[in-house]
Amino acid sequence: MAMHTIKLTVNGEPHEATVESRLLLVHLLRENLRLTGTHIGCDTTHCGACTILFDGQPVKSCTVLAVQADGRQLITVEGLEKDNKLSAIQDGFYQEHGLQCGYCTPGMMITGTALLERNNSPSELEIREAISGNLCRCTGYVNIVKAIQHAARATKQETP
Amino acid sequence: MIPAAFDYHAPTSLSEAVALLSKHGDTAKVLSGGQSLLPLLKLRLGQAGHLIDIGRIPGLEYIKEEGGMLRIGGRTRESALERSEVVRTRYPILLDTAQVIADPLVRNMATVGGNLAHGDPGNDHPATMLVLGAQVVATGPKAERVIPIDGFFVGLFTTALQPDEIVTEIRIPAPPARSGGAYVKFERKVGDYATAAAAAFVTLGASGLVERAGIALTNAGPKPVRSTAAEKLLTGRRPDAAALGEAARAAGQSATPSADRRGAADYKKEMAGVLALRALTKAVQRAGGR
Amino acid sequence: MKIDTTPEVSGMGHSMKRKEDPRFIRGKGNYVDDIQLPGMLYMDIVRSPFAHAKIKSINTEKALKIPGVLAVITGETLAKYNLHWMPTLMSDTQMVLPVEKVVYQSQEVAAVIATSRYIAADGVDAVEVDYEPLPVVVDPFKALEPGATVIRTDKKDKKDNHIFHWEVGDRAATEKAFAEAEVVVKQDCYIPRIHVASIETCGCIADFDRVNGKLTVYMTTQAPHAIRTVFALVAGHVGLSEERIRIISPDIGGGFGGKVPVYPGYVIATAASVVIGKPIKWIEDRMENLQADSFARDYWMKAELAAKKDGTITALRIKTLADHGCADAAANPSKFPAGLFSICTGSYDIKHAFAEVDGAYTNKPPGGVAYRCSFRVTEAVHMIERVTDILAQQLKMDPAELRLKNFIPKEKFPYQSALGWEYDSGDYARALKLAMERIGYPALRKEQAEKRARGELMGIGISSFTEIVGAGPSKHFDILGIKMFDSAEIRIHPTGKAIARFGTKSQGQGHETTYAQIIAEELGIPASAVQIEEGDTDTAPYGLGTYASRSTPTAGAAGAMAARKIREKAKKIAAHLLEVSPEDLVWETGKFSVRGAPQRSKTIQEIAFAAYTNHPQGMEAGLEAVCYYDPPNLTFPFGSYICVVDIDRGTGQVKIRRFMAVDDCGNIINPMIVDGQIHGGLSMGMAPALMEEISYDENGNVQGGSFMDYLVPTAMETPSWETDKTVTPSPHHPFGAKGVGESATVGAPPAIVNAVVDALSHLGVTHVEIPMTPERVWRILKEKGVAE
Ligand SMILES: Cc1cc2nc3c(=O)[nH]c(=O)nc-3n(C[C@H](O)[C@H](O)[C@H](O)COP(=O)(O)OP(=O)(O)OC[C@H]3O[C@@H](n4cnc5c(N)ncnc54)[C@H](O)[C@@H]3O)c2cc1C
Ligand code: FES
Ligand code: FES
Repeated sequence: MAMHTIKLTVNGEPHEATVESRLLLVHLLRENLRLTGTHIGCDTTHCGACTILFDGQPVKSCTVLAVQADGRQLITVEGLEKDNKLSAIQDGFYQEHGLQCGYCTPGMMITGTALLERNNSPSELEIREAISGNLCRCTGYVNIVKAIQHAARATKQETP
Repeated sequence: MIPAAFDYHAPTSLSEAVALLSKHGDTAKVLSGGQSLLPLLKLRLGQAGHLIDIGRIPGLEYIKEEGGMLRIGGRTRESALERSEVVRTRYPILLDTAQVIADPLVRNMATVGGNLAHGDPGNDHPATMLVLGAQVVATGPKAERVIPIDGFFVGLFTTALQPDEIVTEIRIPAPPARSGGAYVKFERKVGDYATAAAAAFVTLGASGLVERAGIALTNAGPKPVRSTAAEKLLTGRRPDAAALGEAARAAGQSATPSADRRGAADYKKEMAGVLALRALTKAVQRAGGR
Repeated sequence: MKIDTTPEVSGMGHSMKRKEDPRFIRGKGNYVDDIQLPGMLYMDIVRSPFAHAKIKSINTEKALKIPGVLAVITGETLAKYNLHWMPTLMSDTQMVLPVEKVVYQSQEVAAVIATSRYIAADGVDAVEVDYEPLPVVVDPFKALEPGATVIRTDKKDKKDNHIFHWEVGDRAATEKAFAEAEVVVKQDCYIPRIHVASIETCGCIADFDRVNGKLTVYMTTQAPHAIRTVFALVAGHVGLSEERIRIISPDIGGGFGGKVPVYPGYVIATAASVVIGKPIKWIEDRMENLQADSFARDYWMKAELAAKKDGTITALRIKTLADHGCADAAANPSKFPAGLFSICTGSYDIKHAFAEVDGAYTNKPPGGVAYRCSFRVTEAVHMIERVTDILAQQLKMDPAELRLKNFIPKEKFPYQSALGWEYDSGDYARALKLAMERIGYPALRKEQAEKRARGELMGIGISSFTEIVGAGPSKHFDILGIKMFDSAEIRIHPTGKAIARFGTKSQGQGHETTYAQIIAEELGIPASAVQIEEGDTDTAPYGLGTYASRSTPTAGAAGAMAARKIREKAKKIAAHLLEVSPEDLVWETGKFSVRGAPQRSKTIQEIAFAAYTNHPQGMEAGLEAVCYYDPPNLTFPFGSYICVVDIDRGTGQVKIRRFMAVDDCGNIINPMIVDGQIHGGLSMGMAPALMEEISYDENGNVQGGSFMDYLVPTAMETPSWETDKTVTPSPHHPFGAKGVGESATVGAPPAIVNAVVDALSHLGVTHVEIPMTPERVWRILKEKGVAE
């Protein structure tokens, strides 16, 4: 079995792990690093429950190998809160009832976070497009859109 | 779903990557964005002894216009195409294509080189590249060679690439004046491969007649389909509704789709024609024809 | 609705932010796959590629040679303990692991136990099974033909594939009404097999502690207590008695009915843990989830509606064939093999009705569960809302007008339906009129006429549904004999805070918030100070769980009733503290005061403190109560939906342009949550109407068994839902509420179908089956000569 030692930064903290070639990044995060906020909802790269930021870009961590993350900067849902303060996206989801069972939520929030970094006043259509790789079965998306809009407003107020 | 075991290599130069490919022969696979390869391995529909990750080789991600060509690095992400100014303003057909591939998250990993190299007739770039008359630059153990796109797709999941060749660049001739291209895709939902999709590219002459036309289809047969019959019908004609309609019908005729959950073969064939007309109409508009 | 409490207290009617959210938005939810126990092993399952085949041999040798593979469990292993079969919730039987043959594709054949998920997967690949294919029965109609291959050869006297016949209503009177009818319309309609596809799949960790003989199972279940009892019944003979079984349902990533049944995986993991003595985790993947878990629907209906020429509906008759797959593993109340299908007279005052349902076995996974639906209500509503529209079309009446003419008038409630239900309350016309006003119905009709003249295809569809939820009165409703009450237990702490536990289990509905609000409403303790717990059978009171929109009608009611018991005792304590007689006290939110002397009062917090520090002599200390609530009736939420669609003449694609949903679920605990439930329900109504379906080819191979082909809508396919409400309280529910979680799933599909048919009605189209895929619609366009 081919093993590799990798070093990566997750939510600002350095980690080192020795992993099998085939280990999926999502399993490295969930099982080795015990960051269980990143979820798994499918086998075919469709649901986005596993979304994380990979060098700043939202990607599906079930379709990335752990070894590919060697030397990379990752952010998971656990890294959104800073200094005990919820991020604008987290607060938006809380305020607008952007979640029900909460299973898709970490992935949705990561995608939303990346969207707002690029575009701080997205239209409804732009939001819907951006989250179209994340499936939610509970909310019908209406309040997820509102949650991201809420966060966009808050972000703009902070950095006019 | 868990892939079977394999070995992983992360070369940091092209020559090292090519050497690894040569060494491991048939058991090796290039890993680029991984968005086609890893799902196959996870479902254990494919097997690989060695993955050669080209992700750490510098200089494979770029989009630049140079020497009358748009040059796209082999490992350029789809999302980079979507955000590229030169693509948006000069090659809108490429933007059309990139933004309907998979979903935005997949596009942050998936690469243009991988999209072509996979040889999947369901992938969206091949049709676009066919109508643009692109060239694929492949780097192997000996040297670099340029493969014209018309000879690139050999069959279902097979291309003209040798097992030890890596797609390092895609070259697209800069569009002449009064040209326009469009890609239109019909899918069941975001993240799905096309039920039918068509790429069209037209160049109009000074008189307003079609000087050159390119029409190609996605998911319309075992490999990407270029409809030369449709192109011929259009060349030299005024791009009015009648001509576009005839060309689109001819394009539809060139489709040989097989039935799947997206639809029966006859439906998909008809859709190929419908989508061809939509792509042609948009292309002609963009060329300033209407 | 009047709001009686302050935002600080947040009783009924407040859009309080959810108490569960702080953990979820931090990624600190605790779903089953997040739990890691010391020494835990992993299980993965070998599944059958055939829909019907004899198992000639299972060779585990290669698998067992893989380092890290510890055991391969087969039907033979389980047969030693007589655990290879288990009962379904409908008192049918289902294989856990096969000994002789498999009866559906993807059926569990063997299980590999290994030290990691990855090795378990390798082990599954290495197990060699030799099958001998048998004839496959896919079509339920053919299944019932004489000479059809018998699937359930395990049942001694079973000579055919018929499961049950069930009928309701007055057949003769209905026949007479049809014979005398001025107009009769008929329609066949198939509601395809679909899957709830909650984003979290199913799974468990079974942890048998050999030292104290206790089994703890962490499980994605909507009904932990019922599961515990089933486990005790199934495994009692091997020494697992109920006090030694603890089912813990942690956070659940969506249930929608799919997490009610007991799946073979749970039983195998449990057996393996008992045998091996280590915790065993089994998490199914998405393809297993879609291909082997309980499905929903799969109803083949034939309906006829009789009416007068003026549009008055006089009778309804429906004959249905239900495809249950290889076992009747529905999650219906026991006495209702076709669930609450007899709500099929819908919102209309129909004198005569008769419905019959037959169940058939086929070589498909067992089911069917509800898909966000109270037991077959979706099927019933789809049919009645379809034939109502067909009648309108035939009579050239506006579908809204026809509905308004036939609605059960609000004066007639409580209303006795022809098929035996007592509808509690309703004002159907008000809901429809509000929906029409909100969406601008007349203007849309005008636009449609203009578009039609230009050859464009636009349609407007209405659905005015009545739901039936909150099972249920125990005289009628039980599951495996356990009555369908539900429960709450509330304890008030000395400082006036509270903990309350319920027999239900939230899967995203927000019980931690809404139950706290119910208690806040009743006791005036701020909802933020009421901690809600569910899902642990060692601590929560016995209840039947959360499905079929029953939590608010049953457990919510139990919470209110338990709180009222507490208030009664609090009153006595207050009287003691204020030295007056209890009759002299009046309650207003959060305190008792002396009638006529409002300055003399005791708050609930003061009373709680006294309950532990200064309670009256002769009274028990403490302040707590339990209630097992047995509802006197079900609740009947309703609503009217209007959908506007445009159809692409080139591709046949249907696009929902607008969708207005007016719902009435009685008094509302938390409007924000209700709105969210409706948004989600609408999406799960749209999905099968347009996209989702699980079907089988003639060899019983599943089609649509992964997210590649099982089309769960993304934000791009989903319209921006518009909602509004009317409030017609339930007269019998303690706080006038009705269930709401499923109304939209039930009501939405016919609105969408009616809109599509409406867009095509001028071409003579009267019906379109679901899912209305582009191809299906395009074929109609083609046939009618309007495809572009
Ligand atoms: C859910 C989902 C939906 C999708 N939908 C679409 C869609 O609608 N349209 C579409 O076009 N695509 C779709 N894709 C595929 C996606 O765009 C692919 O990722 C892409 O086609 C392949 O690019 P890649 O970089 O990911 O290649 P990889 O997966 O890394 O590789 C694919 C194949 O190409 C070979 N290869 C890759 N790069 C090179 C190279 N530079 N030189 C030589 N060989 C190479 C690999 O060895 C492998 O055989 C979808 C993928 C997913 C997961
Ligand atoms: S787990 Fe579904 S996309 Fe990653
Ligand atoms: S909140 Fe449940 S899947 Fe999105």
